[in-house]
Amino acid sequence: MTVAALPPVIISETSDSPRAIQSPRSFLDRLFRLVLKGCAGTVVVLIFAIILFLAQKAWPVLQSSGLSFFTTSVWRPGVIGQYGILGDLIGTVTVAVVALVFAFPISLAINQYVPGAARRVLIMLVDLLAAVPSLVYGLWGVFVFDAWLTGPTTWMSKYAAFFPLFRPGPGALGRSLFACGLVVAIMVTPIITSVSREVMSQTPVEQCEGALALGGAKWGVITDVILPFARNGIIGAALLGLGRALGETMAVTLILSITTNPTPTSHILYAGGGTIPALIVDWYSQVGPGRGLDALTLAGLTLFALTLAVNIFARMIVSKSARTA
Amino acid sequence: MTFAIDQPSTEARDLDVPRRLSAITREDVAELTLSAIAAACLVAVAFVLAGFGTSDRLGFLICWMAVFVVNYIAVSAKRHGALVAKDRLARLWVVAGASVALGALGCILFYVLVNGWYAAFGHQFPSFWTHDFSRGGVLDTKARVGALHAIIGTLEQVGLATLATTPLAILAAVYLNEMPGKLATPLRIVVDAMSGMPSVIAGLFIYIIWVVPRKLHGFSGLAAAMAIAIIMMPTVIRTAEEVLRLVPGTLREAALALGSPERRMVLKVVLPTARAGLVTAVILGVARATGETAPVILTAGGNPRLNLSPFSGPQADLPQQVYSWFQTAGPTSLHETWGGALVLILVVLTLFVLARLLGSGRSARAKRRRSARRRGRAVTRQTITV
Repeated sequence: MTVAALPPVIISETSDSPRAIQSPRSFLDRLFRLVLKGCAGTVVVLIFAIILFLAQKAWPVLQSSGLSFFTTSVWRPGVIGQYGILGDLIGTVTVAVVALVFAFPISLAINQYVPGAARRVLIMLVDLLAAVPSLVYGLWGVFVFDAWLTGPTTWMSKYAAFFPLFRPGPGALGRSLFACGLVVAIMVTPIITSVSREVMSQTPVEQCEGALALGGAKWGVITDVILPFARNGIIGAALLGLGRALGETMAVTLILSITTNPTPTSHILYAGGGTIPALIVDWYSQVGPGRGLDALTLAGLTLFALTLAVNIFARMIVSKSARTA
Repeated sequence: MTFAIDQPSTEARDLDVPRRLSAITREDVAELTLSAIAAACLVAVAFVLAGFGTSDRLGFLICWMAVFVVNYIAVSAKRHGALVAKDRLARLWVVAGASVALGALGCILFYVLVNGWYAAFGHQFPSFWTHDFSRGGVLDTKARVGALHAIIGTLEQVGLATLATTPLAILAAVYLNEMPGKLATPLRIVVDAMSGMPSVIAGLFIYIIWVVPRKLHGFSGLAAAMAIAIIMMPTVIRTAEEVLRLVPGTLREAALALGSPERRMVLKVVLPTARAGLVTAVILGVARATGETAPVILTAGGNPRLNLSPFSGPQADLPQQVYSWFQTAGPTSLHETWGGALVLILVVLTLFVLARLLGSGRSARAKRRRSARRRGRAVTRQTITV
């Protein structure tokens, strides 16, 4: 009301109009921006091109095979091609899950409890694990690790057979999905470690110190302060590890004794099986450019979609938990 | 009750000596070793009674570990309370986890070194680095064979990929950090998607789009370089963005306030400030790309003969050559397999250490800040004592 009572202010439009704070950009600046935008756009277009291209290539197979592509395990390229990747799909997931089961506790253990200087060294060494090429993991896995594993797996199939996955099965022990899973577990440990470390380190120091001051032991601080705070981030880290494990190619190709038409199996201690990346490396030169290659593309696309879903979900969780910090 | 453990008798102690909370007492050591020995005895007796004898060493080890943990935790709980018992359980877990990870690393490096020495630095020493594998199939033990063709192939392919990726990735990172527009969110998502992409997909993509249409004459170093570039891109973008974020905003504001246009601010202030970090980003990308195997298997084609040109004809490549040696592994080519793996791991680890060293140069500012804080603390301590 009082405002209305004020006399109207007369603004002379020519002299008092607000000055634009940002001066217009020069031509060169606009060009510079355009170049940057172009680079960003190229990267975005590139990935969409990859996805669209693979999808367009794989579409006819999806149309003709339909759901049977995902529900049968017979891979027989040829004139009357039969394409099913169920066994490989299950194999991929099995390796990744075994890897996660072993990598997750190891990664969490490395993050905590280690005092200052030792921790820095430990972090550096674990990062080195990430630098080792997957091919080297594969060679080590098939020539060294697999031989070591026969002892424990024999023992497990003898005494731990009550566990459904360790039941005695056909064939020989070794070069199995289980061995692949263990090696992949070592490979994904660094990423789970580093991401969950990042999330955990964002716990407010005051809360940790408060818990310690109240007489809590380090373990209490972890379970009651850090874990509740970082829980989502840690789950995200585990999922990121899962994504990596799903796409792991060379280590699995080298270690696993690949079966041509792997059926879904629960005998993970025994030789044989397959994964989608191994299928691609195994078959790309044999299927010839045609229907077979299209089917292989569809298999690759399935893998890509799987890892993409897991990864984006994980990133969302991680960044959300970082934002609440 | 649980607090009691941290308080040794104070009478004998000079009060001015700081009490060390994390000191390991003789008691702690005794509890640890004795429960280990007790567990061993217990399991041994149980094994003899059950009639297993001494044959099942692995079973003994597993049972011993389980009994040891139960023993140790029970002793801790009885003597010091549940809190300490839980704490010690966690410690055991940590020791186990760390030793598994480090043991694996040490073991891998050890085996690659021992097995690869023969080819890379031992019997085949100079020739492994100076000859190609064109005489590989010849049944002549004195035939000089090596991995020169593969090493050169890797250098050329990774070099090409780096040339293509570096400007694109760094400019994209600048876009994300300096002037994020509408494209920023999709770009971030895309980079995330790419960094999680299985590398074999990149290989398959280039195989389909480049190699197959050329009636399989498309296998070349160039094709491999394209696949490698797709793999490198996200690593470089993400690391470069993180590095650029460390450049203090005050520098940018100072540059703008002095009247420099945006492009000059970025090119003359931001990028030079972040130079070391950007080099680290590129090196990390190169390190990751060098070890990638699946994409180059699908695209390089492989060639036992030295092919200097990445643009014509199939070319070998270190990971690809190691894989093909592995596939045809006879007793001799096993030496080459491990030798190639050794060279590969040496290259990658060197790059990695290089990146680390440069990266620690990047945090010189943080170090200065830390030392300033330390100086400050020293000053505070002095004022308190005075």
